[in-house]
Amino acid sequence: MPLLETRRLTKRFGGLVALRDVDLAVEERTIHSVIGPNGAGKTTLFNCITGFLVPDGGDILFDGTSIAGLRPDLVARLGIARTYQNIRLFKHLTALQNVLIGLHPHLKYTLVDAIFRTPRFRRVEREAQREAEELLAFVGLAGRELTIAANLPYGDQRRLEIARALALRPRVLLLDEPTAGMNPQETQEMIDFIRMLRDQRQLTILLIEHDMKVVMTISDVVTVLDFGEKISEGTPDEVRRDPRVIEAYLGRGAASGLSQPSIVEQREAGQHGAP
Amino acid sequence: MSIAVPPLRALTGGRRIDVSQLIVWTIGISLLAIVGIGSILTLRAGHYSAQQWRDFVVFGIAQGSIYALIALGYTMVYGVLRMINFAHGEVFMSGAMTTFFFADYLNRSGFLKAHPWVSLVAMLLCGGLVSMTVAVLVERIAYRPLRGAPRLVPLITAVGASFFLQYTFRGLFGSGVRAYPTIPVLQGKLWIFQKTQVAVIVGVLITLALLVLFLQRTRAGLAIRAVAEDREAAALMGVDVDRAIVTTFAVGGFMAGIAGVLYALVFVQVQFYMGFLPGIKAFTAAVLGGIGNLPGAALGGLVLGIIESVGPSLFFDGYGIRAAHQLKDVIAFTILVLILIFRPTGILGERLGGEERV
Amino acid sequence: MTSRLVRRAILSGIVGGFAIWHVSLVGLVPAFAGRRLIGETITFSYVLLVAFLALTAFVAARRFPGALARVATGAVAGIVASLMMVLLSVVITHVNLRAIFLNATPELARVLRFGAADGTTGLLQTLAIGLVSGVLATLLASLPTPWPRTLVSAAFTTLLLGLLRDVVGPLLPRTITTFLYGPAGLTVQGAIVVLAVALLLFSARWFLVPQIAPAWARLPEAPRKVGSSAFLLLFLASIPLWAGLFLSNVANFVGFYILMGLGLNLVLGFAGLLDLGYVAFFAVGAYTMAVLTSPELPHGPQLSFWVALPIAIVATIISGVLIGLPVLRMRGDYLAIATLGFGEIVRLLVLSDWLKPYLGGAQGITRIARPEIGDWRIASPQSFFYLVLIACLAGWFLSIALRDSRFGRAWFAIREDEFVAQAMGINRVIGKLSAFAIGASLGGVSGALFASLVSSVVPASFSLLVSINVVALLVLGGMGSLPGVVVGALALVGLPELLREFQEYRLLVYGAILIAMMIFRPAGLLPERVHRRELEEAVEAEREVAPAEIATGRG
Repeated sequence: MPLLETRRLTKRFGGLVALRDVDLAVEERTIHSVIGPNGAGKTTLFNCITGFLVPDGGDILFDGTSIAGLRPDLVARLGIARTYQNIRLFKHLTALQNVLIGLHPHLKYTLVDAIFRTPRFRRVEREAQREAEELLAFVGLAGRELTIAANLPYGDQRRLEIARALALRPRVLLLDEPTAGMNPQETQEMIDFIRMLRDQRQLTILLIEHDMKVVMTISDVVTVLDFGEKISEGTPDEVRRDPRVIEAYLGRGAASGLSQPSIVEQREAGQHGAP
Repeated sequence: MSIAVPPLRALTGGRRIDVSQLIVWTIGISLLAIVGIGSILTLRAGHYSAQQWRDFVVFGIAQGSIYALIALGYTMVYGVLRMINFAHGEVFMSGAMTTFFFADYLNRSGFLKAHPWVSLVAMLLCGGLVSMTVAVLVERIAYRPLRGAPRLVPLITAVGASFFLQYTFRGLFGSGVRAYPTIPVLQGKLWIFQKTQVAVIVGVLITLALLVLFLQRTRAGLAIRAVAEDREAAALMGVDVDRAIVTTFAVGGFMAGIAGVLYALVFVQVQFYMGFLPGIKAFTAAVLGGIGNLPGAALGGLVLGIIESVGPSLFFDGYGIRAAHQLKDVIAFTILVLILIFRPTGILGERLGGEERV
Repeated sequence: MTSRLVRRAILSGIVGGFAIWHVSLVGLVPAFAGRRLIGETITFSYVLLVAFLALTAFVAARRFPGALARVATGAVAGIVASLMMVLLSVVITHVNLRAIFLNATPELARVLRFGAADGTTGLLQTLAIGLVSGVLATLLASLPTPWPRTLVSAAFTTLLLGLLRDVVGPLLPRTITTFLYGPAGLTVQGAIVVLAVALLLFSARWFLVPQIAPAWARLPEAPRKVGSSAFLLLFLASIPLWAGLFLSNVANFVGFYILMGLGLNLVLGFAGLLDLGYVAFFAVGAYTMAVLTSPELPHGPQLSFWVALPIAIVATIISGVLIGLPVLRMRGDYLAIATLGFGEIVRLLVLSDWLKPYLGGAQGITRIARPEIGDWRIASPQSFFYLVLIACLAGWFLSIALRDSRFGRAWFAIREDEFVAQAMGINRVIGKLSAFAIGASLGGVSGALFASLVSSVVPASFSLLVSINVVALLVLGGMGSLPGVVVGALALVGLPELLREFQEYRLLVYGAILIAMMIFRPAGLLPERVHRRELEEAVEAEREVAPAEIATGRG
C-alpha cells in the first residue's frame, strides 16, 4: 500500500481547473518527483496535501486514511512536513527557535507545567533543546544555533528549512524546489542530502523540481503534470522517452504541428491563478 | 470506484468549518434576530409617524453623504498603498476646525451676508486646502519613510499621527467647542429637506463628479489608477509612484476637508475631537462598500448614514430600551465589527483584490 | 559641495524652525515657562527650545564627513532655526493672533527671545543662542565614542533632577535638599555639583564596565542572579516606606500600566496581533470588581475583594476569548480596527442609560471593596503598592515562563508567518485565542486592582486613550521586550504623572513617539534580546546606503 495517495484529486479556482482527477501513489521510502511546466498545478498539489487548500473532488489518503480537508496543523501532526519554493523561515527568530517550533507538536506538557516550570517541563524542554541541536548538526548547521534565520546564507536557509521540517518527525517530506537558486556544487550536496534522508532517516520524499538533471538522478518515480492533469508517470527513463512529456515541455506545436492559442491563454491564466 | 468524501465536507460544499466559526455565526445570526424582532416590535407599537421616519431617512442621507466623502479618502489611499490611513478622520477635523476662523472672519466682515454663495464656496475651498496640506504632510512624515515595512508598522504610525494631529489642534485652537456662523440662505426648509441638508447633498454630488472626472480624464488620475492596479508595473511604465501617492493623499484630503466644512454646516459645532467618530464611521462605510472600491465607498456611506439614523429608534425602541439614541454609535461600531468578520470584502467587493494567500 | 552643505543646513534649519513653531503655538513652550530647572533663569521652556535647536543642527550635520563641515552646517542650521524663532516672536508681538492661536501670547514672544526685552538685543540674543547651540551640538557629536553619550546623559540627569524637585527634594536629607534645591529647581551650585557627580558616574560606568563585567560574569550564575534580583526586590519593596502618598499613587498607576503592558505584550509583542481595544479587558476587570463588591447596586452580591478578584480574572479571560473568536481570521490591520470597535462598544454600553441599573451609567459605581487580610484593610496607596507589586511580578514571571515554552514559540511562529506556523502543527485558533485570553487576564487583574484602589469606576476612565497609552508604551520599550514594558510605563505613565503641566500634552507626545519610534527605532529602546542583533545589522545597512543618498543629491 502506498504511504501517500491521491485519488482523482480535483481543485478549481473559479473557472480555472488547477488539478483534474490526479491520481498519485507515493510508495514508502522512495523519492517521488512531480514535474511539469509553470502553472501545471504542482504547488497546488502540495497545498492540497498539506491541508491549506480543500480539494473540490477526489480524496487524499495518508497511510490508508483520508486526510482531504483536514486542517493543516492536523495534517502536519500526522507526519507530513514540507518546505517552500520561496524559503519561508521564521525570519526574525534564531535557527534553534525555528527548529524548536517544528518540535512543537511533540512537546508534551501543559500550560500549568510551563507556568510553574515543573520537572516535567524542564525535562521535555531539555530534550527538545538537544534534539533541535542534533537536527541542526545533521543538516550541517552546528554552531549557528543562535543566528537569526534571516542572517544565514541562502544555502543554509534551505537547510534550516529542512531541519525545521524534520523536527516534526514526519514520515513524508514534501520538498518544493529544494535546489532552486543553487550553484552546481550546492545542488550536488543537496542531492546527496536528499538521498541520505531517504536511506538514513527512512523518509518518503515527494519532490517538486525544475532542474531535470536533479530529477533524473535522484527520483525513483517521476510524475508529470500539465494543466493540472497527470500526463505521464514512471521511472526517469520511461518519462524521458514519453512523447507527451516532450510535447508538454516543448509546446504542442512542436509535436503535432497545430497551434492552440486558447490553451496558451489558459496557461497564462493558470500562472496567475495558482498560488 | 467510489470516492470517499468526508461527510462534513459534503455538507458544506467543500468548505471546511470549525467550532470557532460556528460560534461566530451563531452570535451573528442572533444579533440579526434581535434587530429584526426589535424592528417588528417598534413598527407594531407605532410610536413614530411616517413623517418622523422620513425625517430620519433624510437626515441619514445627509449624514451618510458626508461619510461617503470621507470614505473616498480611505478607499483611495487603501487602493494605492494597501494601508488604512487611520489619521484620515483628523485630516477631516483639521479642515473643519481651521475653516471656522475663516468663516468667522467672513461673518464679522459682513461678506458672508453680502455674498453667501461665494462665501460658501470659499469656505469649502479653504477647508479642502487645509486638509489637503495636512494629509500630504502626514504622508511625507509618517508614511513615506516606512514604505515596504510590515503592515502593522504604518498602522501604528497612523494611530500616532492621528493623536498627534488631534492634540496639535487642541493646543493651537483650544479644547473648547466653536460654533460656525449661520448662513441665512441655508435657513429653513425646501420641500421635506432642511436647506443645509440640500446643500450638503448637492456639495457631495458635485465633489464626486469632479473626482470621477479627475480620475478618468487627467494624467494624474490615470497615474493613480495605474498605481492602484499594479504599483510595480506602473513604475516600470514610467509612472512616478511617489507623486501618484502624494496626489492620492492630496485628493483624499481635499475631499475630507470639504466634508469637514459640510459637516460643520449641519452640526454647526466643531472641536478638536470631532474627527474620531466620523473617521471611524467613514472607514466603516469604506469597508462596507468594499475597500478600494470608489462607488462602494459612496454607497457604504449612504447605507451607514441611514442605518445609523433610523437604527436606534427602529431596532431598540420596540424593546422599551431607555434613551435608545445613545446606542447610535454602538450600532455603527457593531456594523463595523460585523462587516469585518463576515464580509471583509464589502457589498460591492474589493476592486483591488489579490490578498496574500497560501 | 559647499552649496549642498548650505542648502541642507538651511532646509534643516527651516524644518527645525517649523518644529519650534509647532511646540510653541501648541503650548508646550509657554506651559513650561514657569518651570525653573536651574537657578533663576534656566526654565524648562528654554531647555526645550535649545534642545530643538541642537537637534536641528545635529540632524543637519549628521551625515557629513569632516568635523569642520559638520560644525559649519550645524551653525547655519542653528541660526536659520533661531531666525524663525525670532520671526515668530516679532509677529506675535506686533500682530494679535490670540483670537486664533490661543498660545500666541506676549509671554510666548518673550520666551522665544529667551527672556530679553523686545528689541534688537533680544533678537540678537536668540540668534546667538541658536548659533552656539548648533556649534556645540555638532562639536559634541564629533567627540570620540563614549563622550557624547556620557555628556548628554549627565546633562539629562541634571535637568531631570531639576525637573523633579518636588518629588526628589522631600526624599533627601534636609541639608542636602537646601544645598541642591532653591525655591524652584536646582540652585546653580547644586546644578554644578549634580552635573559633576553625574559626569563622574557616567564616565566611570563607561570606563569601568568593560573591566568589571568579565569578573562579574565569572561569578557563578545562580548567586549572581539571586543577588541582583534580591537587591532589586528589596528596593521595590522599600518604595512605600520612603515614597509618601503621592509617589506611591504614581507607583501604583505605573504598576497598573506595567500589568496592562505585559498583557498586551503577549498579544502584540509575542503573537503579533495589534489589539487597539485592550482597554476593554481593563474595563471588564474593573467593572466586575465594582459590580461584585459595591453595595450601591440594587442586586449587587457585595462579595469581598478576594472572592471577586478570581471571578474578575475569569470574566476577563472569557471576554478575551469572546473578542478573540470573531477576529481570528482577520488580517492584521482589520484586526486592529475591529478590536478598537469592540473597545468602544464596551465603553458605550457601560455609558448608556440602558445598562445603568447594572453598571451605573455615566456616574459609574463607587464604594468598591478594598482588600482585607484579617483585620487589616489595605486601603492606603502605600500598602496597596505591595499588592500591585505582587501582581506585576506574577505577570512578569508568567510572561517569561510562556516566552520560554512551546506556547510562546507557537505565538512567535504565528507572528512571523501564520501559514507556516500551521504547517508546523500549530493550531492557530488555539494559539491566537490563548494569547488573547492570557493577555486579557493581566489587563483584568490590572482593572480589578485599579477599581479597588480608586474605589470607584466611571466610564471616562476606560476610553480609547488607555489602549493607545498601552500600545505606545510597548512601542517605546520595544514590542516583545519585557524590560521594555517597565521602561515604557515609567516614561509614559510615571513621568507625566509627575509633571502636572505636561498632562495636557501627553497624547501629543505619545503620537510623536509612535511615529518617531517606528521610523528611527522600530525595535524600541530596549529591544527583545533576539531582535537586538538584527536591528544593529539593519542600522549598519542603513549607514551604508546613506552616503549614496547624499551623493545623488537626495534628502
